[in-house]
Amino acid sequence: MSCAPLSVDGLCFTYPGEHHRALDGFGLQVAAGERVAVLGPNGSGKTTFVMHLNGLHQLQRGAITIGDLEMCDDNLAEIRRRVGAVFQDADDQLFMPSVRADVAFGPANLGVPKAERDAIVERALTQVGAMDLIDRTPHHLSGGEKRRVAIATVLAMDPHMLVLDEPTSGLDPFGRRELADLLVSLPQTQLVVTHDLPFALQICPRSVVVSGGRVVADGPTAEVLADTALLEENRLELPYGFDPSRV
Amino acid sequence: MGGGHGSSVDRLHLAGDTIIHRLAPHVKIVATFAFVISVAISPRQRVEVFAVAFACVLTLIMVARIPLRVWLARCAVILPFMTMAVLVPFVGGGEQTEVLGVSLSTDGLWAAFNIAAKALIGASASIVLAATTPVTGLLEGFARLRVPRVLISIVAFMIRYLDLLVAQLGRMRTAMVARAHDPRWLWQAKPIASSAGALFVRSYERGERVHQAMLARGYTGVMPDLVEQSRPRSDWWAAIVVPAPVVAVLVLRLL
Repeated sequence: MSCAPLSVDGLCFTYPGEHHRALDGFGLQVAAGERVAVLGPNGSGKTTFVMHLNGLHQLQRGAITIGDLEMCDDNLAEIRRRVGAVFQDADDQLFMPSVRADVAFGPANLGVPKAERDAIVERALTQVGAMDLIDRTPHHLSGGEKRRVAIATVLAMDPHMLVLDEPTSGLDPFGRRELADLLVSLPQTQLVVTHDLPFALQICPRSVVVSGGRVVADGPTAEVLADTALLEENRLELPYGFDPSRV
Repeated sequence: MGGGHGSSVDRLHLAGDTIIHRLAPHVKIVATFAFVISVAISPRQRVEVFAVAFACVLTLIMVARIPLRVWLARCAVILPFMTMAVLVPFVGGGEQTEVLGVSLSTDGLWAAFNIAAKALIGASASIVLAATTPVTGLLEGFARLRVPRVLISIVAFMIRYLDLLVAQLGRMRTAMVARAHDPRWLWQAKPIASSAGALFVRSYERGERVHQAMLARGYTGVMPDLVEQSRPRSDWWAAIVVPAPVVAVLVLRLL
């Protein structure tokens, strides 16, 4: 298992039929193995950015490099293998009739023979502590279980980087803590897109704030969260009574 | 939405460890299909064939330990056909027979018997299959029988998302009721119609998101093979044993 650095330069993107730029000169450098929180208000371009990392939006302007691979049509399949995207709604991510089939979906698409697939599925599920769920149907799982299995579905592709969109949404505090432990235990480079500022502080040493389709602040999470003017400007708010300097 | 609830489709499966539960799904599918076909092609006057078929189905129900109550309740799906079957003798022409002082068409009576017997036996066989095989097993069975993967995927997706859809409809209904919408009459149905439209759009959007999630995991337009568990045992004897009595009686009587 390896981790890859990420380099994003001058990314611009406009949705078809709109004039407003969803991404407007988005730039970000992430070192291999780093865990970075991507913070920002609704509509700031976070999800559009996530979609780009997996080649789900066609590159309009700018460049993305993951490890030594530049984002282009020829590299798309390999980039999708290297970047594991975990989407906000786990029900979108778990679409197969069983957990086993769902985790095997990615490796099967990569052409991994069936004999090796079983071992990969078991390893991925063990990594997220969900081996006991292997023969369950995804809609029978709780929110926390779904999230862990969703992460296993991308781990099975041996990614170099994980991109998680709002991973704590819909989780109870216990599930949230379990998720934090899991993410910290994974060696991959991670981008955690979240509104959950305490969660960002808990697991990401570094945070960037996105607003108007570009990165407007970048620094150690504790410092970013201590800058009340910056938070207010970008519609970010710490939970009542939460003091990042006293964590 | 939360965990713990079985899907409506999965609820058809009754957990158990009988010999029928343990049979390989693809064999059960073939056995059911062969059995239903042999019943369906039987001439309607061959009452003994239907008697044997019904006895076979009852035996399967007993062996699979399906509670009679469950079987009868599930047989309700054939009620519309039964209603039609009851009407046929009254409207049928040709030779008439007196039954309790009512003149009924003989041909119509046979037609009614034909519909009723075949519907009951066919539905019961399907009930045994559904009650003893989990949905994933059925999908796996169809895949083994070389049913085109795209069809299996469509069914699998439908099953996977049916409950989310129903739950979403439920939430929309709750939201309406919470705002004092209490439809009792047909002219109050407009919000329901428009919510069906909203549901369609939401499902469409979910479809887009699922497709993106599939692309993100290397989907290239072809579903990978769904058959994951190897099942070395082959229980093909069951595919012969289940329809055998019906076929035997049918052949004997037709000779």
